[in-house]
Amino acid sequence: MSATKERFSGPGPDQIYSDFLRKDVFSLPQCKDCHEFHFFPRVVCPHCGGFNLEWKTLSGKGEIYSTTTIRRKPERGGNYNVCHVTLEEGPRLMSRVDGVDSLDVKIGDQVTAVINKDGDDPFIVFVPAQGV
Amino acid sequence: MSHELRGSSAVVGVGLAGCGEAHGRMPLDILAEATHNALDDAGLKLSDVDGIFTGSSYHFMPALSTAEYLGIKPRFSDSSMVGGSSFVAHTLNAAMAIKTGQCDVALICYGSNQRTAGGKLATMSEQQIYEAPYKPRYPISSYALAAARHMHQYGTTREQMADVAVAARQWAQLNPAAFARDDLTRQDVLNSRMISDPLSLLDCCLVTDGGGAVIMVSSERAKDFPNKPVYVLGTGTAHWHRQITQMPDLTTTAAVDAGKRAFAMAGLTKDDVDVVELYDAFTINTILFLEDLGFCAKGEGGAFVENGNIAPGGSLPVNTNGGGLSCVHPGMYGIFILIEAIQQLRGGCGERQVENPEVALVNGNGGVLSSQVTTILGTEAVL
Repeated sequence: MSATKERFSGPGPDQIYSDFLRKDVFSLPQCKDCHEFHFFPRVVCPHCGGFNLEWKTLSGKGEIYSTTTIRRKPERGGNYNVCHVTLEEGPRLMSRVDGVDSLDVKIGDQVTAVINKDGDDPFIVFVPAQGV
Repeated sequence: MSHELRGSSAVVGVGLAGCGEAHGRMPLDILAEATHNALDDAGLKLSDVDGIFTGSSYHFMPALSTAEYLGIKPRFSDSSMVGGSSFVAHTLNAAMAIKTGQCDVALICYGSNQRTAGGKLATMSEQQIYEAPYKPRYPISSYALAAARHMHQYGTTREQMADVAVAARQWAQLNPAAFARDDLTRQDVLNSRMISDPLSLLDCCLVTDGGGAVIMVSSERAKDFPNKPVYVLGTGTAHWHRQITQMPDLTTTAAVDAGKRAFAMAGLTKDDVDVVELYDAFTINTILFLEDLGFCAKGEGGAFVENGNIAPGGSLPVNTNGGGLSCVHPGMYGIFILIEAIQQLRGGCGERQVENPEVALVNGNGGVLSSQVTTILGTEAVL
């Protein structure tokens, strides 16, 4: 059995992803073999099975692939959005759109990623793209 | 040459218990009563069972807890967990175990007190860390996202989804054992409280208690039992994702593959199918599965279910017990579609009986449209 190779040493992809977000960088692994990006971050490319990955900074541009409004009474915080966004680089992730009524979020809308750092762990939300 | 598992085993007993409300009873109490009913139906005793196939949201090691409760010492055990589709998948595993001599009498069983225990979905599921920050409601938001995309891509309407619920209710009205039997109109569904757009309260399955059990033996032995055997002709399993964001296309499920595999093993096509039992956790499920299993083209499921086409008197009988929407849905529903298909093939379903069915198709769903398992069952006429 061989020793752990360099690319498997150190923190795993989830920690690297979060560390990037803490430094205000939205980054995901890209496969050096098939050139596809993937989300959620893994040590293996789920598209081709390759293990040669490198982290790339994303444009932050995305498009609403699907959207739902979770209905909640106003006294419990009101309605909120849950959506799927397809990133310009290809991967799709769950998120929400801030700064607009959830019922006005439509499939096909162009959106821009923002790093939300309100809690302990930063995460990606989206806002409507400017100039669209 | 036909597949070696095709028709190699058969169901000789089924049992239900505690469907609706089973006050003061634990999941395994309900499971044990269903097992008693299935064994009684088959003319067998608990001591005859030497293979156990079960899944649970309550027990970390379901086969161990269940066998312990029942006081049996099985020589083959399977707790394969693919959500609500598990029990449909167990038909394949049981068929393989019987064929290879790992067991002679297979018990597939489930029990849940989800309703009387408080209505919350019992789960030992791990948190999905890349979805948790957005507080999706499980499992409805996942299905809502699929429904929204299907509406966008194919023009499917809320009215069409409502017709799925209305058809299920009309079947339930023919089934004295169904939980929800009041009249239901398309308008009632559309007017019900919105939960996660575009799904409203009456687009969602029931929350009930209930248990079910199925006894399988080799086909050689099957004719020695009191009931008309129902043969397992083919089962196919498939899963493409776990979390909804990883589903390659929100409008197409892995039932595409599961269905093809089951039909290939059975050596049959959709035109041979007389009755269809689909896991309708939400109204969109029925539409997606009818498309993915080939009963209509992709995108045409909405039109297919409209105006009573899958209701009593329609062109295709679907979810003849009333479905998860109107009959019973205790957390994981897969065993109940299996049992309804078997009962239809045996005959004797009373007012809801489909006329002389020979082939039934069952499609179980697990996770969030994640695991799909198709089983094709038949009478001796198609063996």
